[in-house]
Amino acid sequence: MEAPILSIVVFTPIVFGVVLFFFPAERHREIRIFALTGASIALALSLWAYFTYDLALGGYQLVEHYPWVPRLGISYHVGVDGMNVPLVLLTGIVMFTGVLVSWGIDDRPREFFGFLFILATGVFGVFVSLDLFQLFFFYEIAVFPMYLLIAIWGWKVTREYAAMKLTLYLFIGSVVALIGGLAMYFASGTHSFSLFALEQAGFSVDFQRFWFPFVFFGFAVLGGIFPVHNWSPDGHVAAPTAVSMFHAGVLMKVGAFAALRVGIMLLPEGAKFWAPLILGLATVNVVYGAFIASVQSDFKYVIGFSSVSHMGLVILGFATLNLTGITGAGIQMFSHGVMTALMFAVVGLVYDRAHTREIPKLGGFIKVMPLAGIAFIIAGLVSMGMPGFSGFVAEFPIFMGLWQSQPIVAIIAAISIVITAGYIMRVIGRVFFGEMPEEFKGHITPINNFDKIALVILSGILILVGVYPSIIAPLVESGAQAVMALVGGA
Amino acid sequence: MSIASFEPSTLLIVLPEILLLLLAGIILVVGLTSQRSGGLLLSWLTALGLTGILIVTLLFGRPGENEVLIFGGMLRHDWMAFSFKVLFLFVAAMTALLSADVEGVEDRGEYYALLVVATLGMSLMASSADMIMLFLAIETTSIPLYILAGFKKGDDKSTEAGLKYFLFGALTSAVMLYGFSLLYGFSGDTNIYRLSEAMHAGAVSPWLIGGMAVLVLVGFSFKISAVPFHFWAPDVYEGAPTPITAFISTASKAAGFAVLLRFMLAVFPAIEAEWVTLVAIMATVTMTVGNLLALPQTNIKRLLAYSSIAHAGYAMIGLVALSSFGTASVIFYLIGYVVTNIAAFAVVILFARSVGSDEIVDYAGLSRRSPGLALVLLVALLSLGGMPPLAGFVAKFYVFAAAVESGWIWLAFVGVLNAIIGLYYYMTVLKVVYLYRSEDEDKPIAIPRSYALVLVICVIAILAIGTLSAPWLDWSINSALSLF
Repeated sequence: MEAPILSIVVFTPIVFGVVLFFFPAERHREIRIFALTGASIALALSLWAYFTYDLALGGYQLVEHYPWVPRLGISYHVGVDGMNVPLVLLTGIVMFTGVLVSWGIDDRPREFFGFLFILATGVFGVFVSLDLFQLFFFYEIAVFPMYLLIAIWGWKVTREYAAMKLTLYLFIGSVVALIGGLAMYFASGTHSFSLFALEQAGFSVDFQRFWFPFVFFGFAVLGGIFPVHNWSPDGHVAAPTAVSMFHAGVLMKVGAFAALRVGIMLLPEGAKFWAPLILGLATVNVVYGAFIASVQSDFKYVIGFSSVSHMGLVILGFATLNLTGITGAGIQMFSHGVMTALMFAVVGLVYDRAHTREIPKLGGFIKVMPLAGIAFIIAGLVSMGMPGFSGFVAEFPIFMGLWQSQPIVAIIAAISIVITAGYIMRVIGRVFFGEMPEEFKGHITPINNFDKIALVILSGILILVGVYPSIIAPLVESGAQAVMALVGGA
Repeated sequence: MSIASFEPSTLLIVLPEILLLLLAGIILVVGLTSQRSGGLLLSWLTALGLTGILIVTLLFGRPGENEVLIFGGMLRHDWMAFSFKVLFLFVAAMTALLSADVEGVEDRGEYYALLVVATLGMSLMASSADMIMLFLAIETTSIPLYILAGFKKGDDKSTEAGLKYFLFGALTSAVMLYGFSLLYGFSGDTNIYRLSEAMHAGAVSPWLIGGMAVLVLVGFSFKISAVPFHFWAPDVYEGAPTPITAFISTASKAAGFAVLLRFMLAVFPAIEAEWVTLVAIMATVTMTVGNLLALPQTNIKRLLAYSSIAHAGYAMIGLVALSSFGTASVIFYLIGYVVTNIAAFAVVILFARSVGSDEIVDYAGLSRRSPGLALVLLVALLSLGGMPPLAGFVAKFYVFAAAVESGWIWLAFVGVLNAIIGLYYYMTVLKVVYLYRSEDEDKPIAIPRSYALVLVICVIAILAIGTLSAPWLDWSINSALSLF
């Protein structure tokens, strides 16, 4: 028997997290080293899973399947295909770099890493789930630690409000989706929560149209779809750096992925029926998010709303219901995950030193932290969709797919590219260039080596995907083909 | 169903009850003879005795393939009764361990004896198949609990709790007894399994049956603290010695559900659709009122009181489903709820023991004072809130699944929306525990060994039920099938 790679990936974080709670609270150094060890194992194995995925073979690989609650047809069933294996890798990357940039946390680091790792297990678990019950199980595990992480270690001004808002939004979304999931289970008559069984259940068109919005929008709340995106920028801003990275980088993908995996793939007729509405809402996401981002004066809110805008592109890609669009959306999930993690890492570095995120009060930071400046510029270029960076590889197919199905939407959504370029340039110009304000001169310390490693890894990936797209594109396309096989011709 | 004739082996079935009675006597004697030896002896004696009986029950109390009525139809020996007995014995043992160090309780033999007698009453409640037996069992449970709730004589709140509990209990018992007498009058039988046959065959008007169902529901609703018979709960929970609060909110509630499930399913099939609708409405109101009134609470015991009202509402959803899976989900829910609530109350007891307060604001800084205790509270409250990988998540999942299966989609939605309100107030407590600072952060909270044992057992149980739910679900389904 093969080694259960995916199970190890899923459970390494929570095992390390639980063991962490048995460390003496004051041994900060040991706690950090132990946390980094756990994150390294998860990263190494997710890399392993990514690169051993055999594209020629296709389908789900590294599958593990054990009965869990046989009475109800619930099983522990994991596997990766072209759509979710990049997301597993993404989680590994963000977890690893998240630990690196959190090295300086001095307030109860044991609990911080413990909760962060429980969250990571939830995220890994959702991505690899092939059983609907299991997916919900891990989904909820991924949502809750967020509350504590933001409320305890977040930005003092808004943390309580933002943490509560986030948790309630996401919990409402997930329970609504849960009822939809139960309805599918009982309607299928297969007596199984297996996603494969439910894919083949042959739900009636009326059933699909009725339940699709519950399931899709329930999950899409976590994907940040308009008008229930509101929790997201507040959450991003209030969260500590590593949690913002996780939140925008990975958690929002959990929502989008679940909306795709459960909503679109299990209820394709429903998806076709509701696609116009989703396109409309996601277009609002993309354009409105970009506009709001461009008028923010808080550095972190800019990135927060830019996430809303970019996640809108992911959902737009899904709603095209064609191969090109869904492929683009899949790549965008990965690309945006890395990009936004990088941006939040840089924002965190700036804030830790300047103690303000007001863009007009900042300036000249590239002189003291050149690497952070360069990394942010790279992320900015990705964000604008510049060729040669991963953003282009992702956004181009999305717009192409959109053009095939809804040219008007494509034109409207494309406005966002211009606006994005505008606000990214403004932020880069104001924060990193220009004259450094007097109050900061001599007070800004350079960034440490842990941060540097994190920044180099993240920017390296963005460039690598940009110049060598075949490292990810064929993989995601094979995943998108599986989606299209269920949705049928577009 | 035939009534088994008496054989000496029948006594083996009621061995747990006989042993409970013996244990109560032994405790009384030890309590009188061991002058001032401290509560530790009595509490461990009770706990070990109950654990022994639990093992005896598991070994000898297992029902066979078919359900049998014994003692002239007074008791029914089935999986349902067996499961609940095990549950009650577990809770009573935990409660005894939690009582060791509680002010006003320490070395009072009668406290532990009453606890054991109440447990005896509950195990009879779970197996009663006759209205007379049922009434006696309910009173055997209730009367010791009235005394225990008011056990702290010097404390006004405790006295008030005892009296309030007694008055409410007596009134609802009377109403229920009136219902029983009408049922007897119309059917000419007191056995609940023959009753329904008599009513089926006879020309009793459905309206009359409905009226009788409402009367007996009053009594059961009091036991499970369902709205509108919940008014006693917050005051009693607040005033009673906290281990007794834990006991009332878990074992006593579960016993109420055992009776509710058995009685409603056996006696009223004739008006099934009607009473199910009534219970659905009660479940909705119970969940909503419990959760909404929990929001403004500042005392943790009152908060848990309202939360336990809400939980009765969730569990009732499973009964509404009116299927074997639905009934199983109620039993599963109770198992999950019971271990979780004991853990929560254990933390409350420990905290009050060191700090002398049950106010939520005083929990500030707990995560720094005692990270372990804070973590247990986190696990318990999240399980109550329905978060995986904890018991509360799967329990809620099964209950809602049962509702969806039977087509009660709106009720499932009411349930999940209520779960969100619930999560909100559990989180506000956790916020105080983890986020707020206090001046006493450097004062640790002592955790005696017996309490540590309870905490560990409960946390392991919460995780085990939450992650490996299959055996528990099988057990629940077996129990449920014995009612159908």
